[in-house]
Amino acid sequence: MSRLDVQSLTKSFGALKVTDDVSLTVEPGEIHAIIGPNGAGKTTLVAQLSGQLKPDSGRIRLDGADITGLSMPERVKRGLARSFQITSILPGFTVLENVALAVQARSGSSFRFFRPVAGDAALNDAAMEALTEAGLGDRAGVVASALSHGEHRRLELAIALATNPQVLLLDEPLAGVGGEDAEAFVARLRRFKGRFAMLLIEHDMDAVFALADRVSVLVYGRIIATGTPDEVRSDADVRAAYLGEEGEEMADA
Amino acid sequence: MSDVTTAPRAAPRAPAMAMRVKVALILFALFAVLPPVAVALGDPFMVLIATRILAYAIAAMALDLILGFGAMVSFGHAAYLGFGTYAVAILSSYGVNDLLLQMLGAVVVSAAFALVTGAISLRTRGVYFIMITLAFGQMAFFFFISLSAYGGDDGYGLSSRSTIFGSDVLENDMTLYYVTLGFLIALFAACHRIVGSRFGRVLTGIRENRERMEAVGFPPFRYQLTAFVISACITSLAGVLLANQAEFVSPAFMSWHRSGELIVMVVFGGIGTLTGAIGGAVVALLLEEWLGALTHHWPLLFGLILVLMVLFSPRGITGLLERTGLWRARK
Ligand SMILES: Nc1ncnc2c1ncn2[C@@H]1O[C@H](COP(=O)(O)OP(=O)(O)OP(=O)(O)O)[C@@H](O)[C@H]1O
Ligand SMILES: [Mg+2]
Repeated sequence: MSRLDVQSLTKSFGALKVTDDVSLTVEPGEIHAIIGPNGAGKTTLVAQLSGQLKPDSGRIRLDGADITGLSMPERVKRGLARSFQITSILPGFTVLENVALAVQARSGSSFRFFRPVAGDAALNDAAMEALTEAGLGDRAGVVASALSHGEHRRLELAIALATNPQVLLLDEPLAGVGGEDAEAFVARLRRFKGRFAMLLIEHDMDAVFALADRVSVLVYGRIIATGTPDEVRSDADVRAAYLGEEGEEMADA
Repeated sequence: MSDVTTAPRAAPRAPAMAMRVKVALILFALFAVLPPVAVALGDPFMVLIATRILAYAIAAMALDLILGFGAMVSFGHAAYLGFGTYAVAILSSYGVNDLLLQMLGAVVVSAAFALVTGAISLRTRGVYFIMITLAFGQMAFFFFISLSAYGGDDGYGLSSRSTIFGSDVLENDMTLYYVTLGFLIALFAACHRIVGSRFGRVLTGIRENRERMEAVGFPPFRYQLTAFVISACITSLAGVLLANQAEFVSPAFMSWHRSGELIVMVVFGGIGTLTGAIGGAVVALLLEEWLGALTHHWPLLFGLILVLMVLFSPRGITGLLERTGLWRARK
């Protein structure tokens, strides 16, 4: 059974069809990448999968169970987590507190009003572990708003990790990250392979071809091709959709 | 809900928090020595004025719990002050004079009203939340205006203050003052614990970034509603104490002006600090007292001071003190 099974998802903003009959699966342990030009509807797709946006029609199943009607928090509780393309953190909290909250969400009731949470070793230890895995262990005590862009992207990843996902939706985790940072990031994601399944939205073709088991190409809300990285690279439709800079980049990769 | 709070975020930084607790303790110590000083100065009436200030400090602190930490700007919080005062009037007219029983009554009614109106108000955000809480506050206000058995518009004089385990110790102004101070200290301790708890962290997190909190698995509504109810209950306790101070209750305690004044106290002191709300209540009420003695046009002066404060120190007195370094949190 597929971990995540999406059937005929459709979503329009007015006359604009942003998700047009999208069906896809994410298998256990798989990294399924989605590529596509700007404005193709990738973030909108993630928003629907994560429960932030309601699709107009279609079904979403997680481990066989229909989750189409569930809220974002309910989906997270079932193991479907996401990261944001535009970093979304608690700016006034420390890096550690940002991650500890994600741990807290899945461990015990938060209707506890008296015991100080700051010294809760169970939360802090698990948060430190996620931070270390995301490559941000040395910045735990810093106020999150003071991080650099690259560090923000790692915090975004650490928070998602700390929710203990079964399926992780990564919306351009490498957005704005370049050079050695990007390489380290890709290596990190590779280490998570097998531990949970990933739906990886990414513009960075090097990253996509290094990580993905399967690649789907989304253009104007439609999936025009799905296959192994090699199959997709040689697909004529995909080349046509990617004429120009990115087309060359793909051909070279 | 970050769209509700326009003032800068008050980060829950540990050193700043520790410093605010220290300042609160200093304030409490000053409050504790006030009655003997007032007597020595030959001005015992001061104690009664100070009791009123302490009661409002409790209400402002309760409002800060949701306004400062939860980004919920309730413009109807005077309703809970009113429920507290009328709990004293109505219960005592039925022979229930015990302070704790009256507080229980006030809390039960306030919790119920807050649960229902909060659940509806929290369907909205931003300015709509402010307006809908205002509307519910006004509904409570007009209910008590039409309550002719308790004087309606004119209010209702209490024949005596509340009793504690059958004893009328509160008839003594000093005792009432110290009991009120005791409640302020205990409720400050409770609010401080709540803010630093698991629950408090979730509440503050929702203020900082609601979407992020949902994305890690917290449904905001139930946490915000719980905080709203807690805040309402604490505010109603302030109302019970206020009725004893005034020995009189009237719908004026729950008018929208009063709700506005509570917000002003919180903003004045610095939102999201608890200690600031207490200081804000003290300064706002003292200013009102002094400026009122100076000129009939005191609201104008008061307004001017408030405008200057918001312009130059959006984080209120707390921000001012923290900036001047007089009150610098040590590392
Ligand atoms: N809330 C909205 N209302 C109306 N149109 C929207 C909304 N959100 C997105 N769109 C439009 O939907 C289309 C798809 O947007 P989306 O953000 O999903 O693209 P994307 O593939 O993630 O792009 P990018 O690569 O730039 O991140 C765009 O044309 C965008 O302008
Ligand atoms: Mg996008």
